[in-house]
Amino acid sequence: MAAMGNPMVRMASHAKKGQIVEVRSLIMNPMTTGLSKNKAGKLIPAHFIQTVTVTFNNKPLCNVDWSTAISANPYLAFKMRAEESGTLEMTWKDNTNGVWSSKASITVA
Amino acid sequence: MEKMKRRKFLGISAAGVAAVAGSGVLMPAIANAANVAGWPAAAFDAKALDAAMKDSIDTTSVKVSPKVHLTAPTIAENGAAVPVTVDVDHPMTADDYIESVYLYVDHNPTPLASAFHFSANNGQAYFQARIKMAKTDMVRAVAKTNKGVLMASKPQEVKVTIGGCGG
Repeated sequence: MAAMGNPMVRMASHAKKGQIVEVRSLIMNPMTTGLSKNKAGKLIPAHFIQTVTVTFNNKPLCNVDWSTAISANPYLAFKMRAEESGTLEMTWKDNTNGVWSSKASITVA
Repeated sequence: MEKMKRRKFLGISAAGVAAVAGSGVLMPAIANAANVAGWPAAAFDAKALDAAMKDSIDTTSVKVSPKVHLTAPTIAENGAAVPVTVDVDHPMTADDYIESVYLYVDHNPTPLASAFHFSANNGQAYFQARIKMAKTDMVRAVAKTNKGVLMASKPQEVKVTIGGCGG
């Protein structure tokens, strides 16, 4: 299994005020459903990211709830209106108490 | 750092734990016990599309609106990672914005795949993610405004080819 976690957040480092920028993110997680079996015929337990929360300058921006139907090593892209310079932080939580977070900064002119 | 090591260890040992526990009945109970606070378990655990829609948006029929754009491939070579993009043509101002977008796959074991909750500061109700699809199926997105108005995308069929080389 690939290493877990390793969260990444990417977005433009500079933007004009009011511009809508795309934020892209990736994290390593097996996202198993709990329905499939391993080679020995035993069920592989569900292990997946359930929530992703995004804040900008510590204020909530958006959040996502996920089911097991999201692919392994989930990629997520969304948009944000750049109104002020600051730091965007994403936090992923999985169903086995795993928590990861990553940040990206933007300078708004 | 300490935490990361622990995660890694848990991940590697997950298969071993399954073998020890042995029982398929026991495992889901353990998984549920660790659900993240606020995660809507009822909607995500629903086994049929109608139930999943009822639990997430409280209705099973939503009018299709040309404002909700769902982009998915017509043929997916790999049902384990189908790229899906949802884009809603709707203003994103403080008093009128898209609050949530729900994504469903009709016949997946649990049809509700994702629930994205926006704020006006997102500027655009847009997201891209990769989803799993058990078989050739319909994908649909439902957007909800902060006033509770529901709009559905045109359902899109994605053909999932199994064992083929892109055929």
